[in-house]
Amino acid sequence: MIYFFQQALNAVQLGSVYALIALGYTMVYGVLSMINFAHGDFFMVGAFLCFIGAALWHLAFVPVLLLSMGGVTLLGVATERIAYRPLRNAPKVSAIITSLGVGIFLENFTLGLNPYPKYVPPLLPSLGFNAWGVSVSIFQLSTIGISFGLMFALHLIVNKTKAGLAMRAISADRLIVPLMGVPVDKIIALTFALGSGLGGAAGVMYAMAYPVIDPYIGIIVGWKAFISAVIGGIGNIRGAVLGAYILATVEIMTAAFLPSTYRDLITFSLLLTLLIFRPRGLFGKAEIQKV
Amino acid sequence: MRVSAEFLRRACSPGKYFNARTVAAAGFIAALAVSRYGLLDNYLQLLLMLIGINVILTMSLNLINGYMGEFSVGHAGFMAAGAYVSSLLSVRTLAAFSPFWAFPCAVLAGGLVAGAVGLVVAVPSFKTRGDYLAIVTLAFSMIVKSVIENIDAVGGPRGFLGMDKLTTLPWVFFWVVVTIWVIRNFIYSRFGRGVLAVREDEIAADLTGVNTRNVKMLAFVVSSFFAGIAGGLYAHLIQYISPGSFDILKSTEMLVMVYLGGVGSIAGSILGATTYTVLLEALRPLGMWRMAVMPLLLVGLMIFRPRGMMGLKEARWLVPSSEREGGDSK
Repeated sequence: MIYFFQQALNAVQLGSVYALIALGYTMVYGVLSMINFAHGDFFMVGAFLCFIGAALWHLAFVPVLLLSMGGVTLLGVATERIAYRPLRNAPKVSAIITSLGVGIFLENFTLGLNPYPKYVPPLLPSLGFNAWGVSVSIFQLSTIGISFGLMFALHLIVNKTKAGLAMRAISADRLIVPLMGVPVDKIIALTFALGSGLGGAAGVMYAMAYPVIDPYIGIIVGWKAFISAVIGGIGNIRGAVLGAYILATVEIMTAAFLPSTYRDLITFSLLLTLLIFRPRGLFGKAEIQKV
Repeated sequence: MRVSAEFLRRACSPGKYFNARTVAAAGFIAALAVSRYGLLDNYLQLLLMLIGINVILTMSLNLINGYMGEFSVGHAGFMAAGAYVSSLLSVRTLAAFSPFWAFPCAVLAGGLVAGAVGLVVAVPSFKTRGDYLAIVTLAFSMIVKSVIENIDAVGGPRGFLGMDKLTTLPWVFFWVVVTIWVIRNFIYSRFGRGVLAVREDEIAADLTGVNTRNVKMLAFVVSSFFAGIAGGLYAHLIQYISPGSFDILKSTEMLVMVYLGGVGSIAGSILGATTYTVLLEALRPLGMWRMAVMPLLLVGLMIFRPRGMMGLKEARWLVPSSEREGGDSK
């Protein structure tokens, strides 16, 4: 039973990382109805910025976190400006292909800079305590705490500010909203900034939990986060967070109680079953098609 | 009498020589000669074969993504199914037989199994579409990869080898021609019209009497069949396959070729696959940076030509004469 709780704690930790990335996917989808496949690689860049800050510049934890979030925010906004904005009225697939292209570029650019896997030194002291047999480390607590904090901040931005109102308005109807005087370009850039910033934070959390990083970590973690967003119903912010914790729990528990090579098999089979029975995710609205 | 008059008329108009059939025959003879007498060095032959395999893959994916307007990101899964089935057959079961017969049988069997696997993906596509169907195909290809990784009898994550190098230029050329022929005739058949109707407006297609379920099922089966064939050819060319060779990167590569060449166009598929493969080889001196330059070219192409090189256009010789606009038909 203690083993189970220990694994549950790990699941919450991994789920927090997935949730931060999934939020980026789901927010961009909300305003642009476009899947930003490069988002997983934004996360990877965040992890590498964490490496640069921690191993090369010997910064402390908070500056590293700010460096990653800031760097990835800039990257996200720049990508939107350079690669996605010219395609806003092009066929939807061109934007998707472009995002795939941006992703491959980021992976291989990072690889080209230095092809060896990197070891990220620990940023937090390896302190911990024992709660009824479950060992809890400072690092796990801070990951979970910071993720919750960021998610709460996002919740406030989306629901309590004017920009958040504009964001929700754009995701409800993209044709009418510009006529109401909402600066669509600015709001979309802001969405990218918020989403990428969260991705950067996730990069730091991930790099501290799994300290050996390479340019390809963004692919598989990114897809997992994307799947979380889909489980919750893509475009739905709360759904993405819930989906992330569900996915992380399934993954960790599979690896804990079954051979760990079955992890992906079971995860993806569950996803497939879910999509067959609820084709738009758990919280996705069934789209009413008018004829 | 009428036959000979027709023949004379054909023979007298010079444009008639350059039709799909003569090109195919000439190409096949050339391919035979090249591989028999070693007219090109091995590197060029390998490059040509890779181009051929990529052309098959691109056309197979274009059927779903271009003609049917869905978004499959999991075609590597079908390719993996074909590659593993054909390799297993040729190493374990058909090893005793002469490769002259065994090889095409193995490749064909790989294609058929992949086609059957395609049915599994076709079923969710009845209800799910768009981005969610993309996830279904992705999840499916991940499942295929995971299943292979967990079967120790086929080498698990270590991969599988032992195939002889049976893929030759004539075989590749043969399968490319078969693919072009089948997909082209499929597109201009009754079912093909259904596929296009599904792309334009699924509800309208349904209302006008298109059996969208059958159409989708058939399109997925045909598409995955050819992806499986390409997998079989690939396995017998490289002589080593592993679950890692059919991951999401492979699917991405196929997508790139489709959208580079142009959606909904056979000529575009040929052009896209060739350009991509050749460009990737030409950029080889850049070393590790080539995979960073390649996507930049793609992004540039998408920004300046969002429909790809031949988007929705078709080369004239691939269109049946009764469909052509303007004079060619009698």
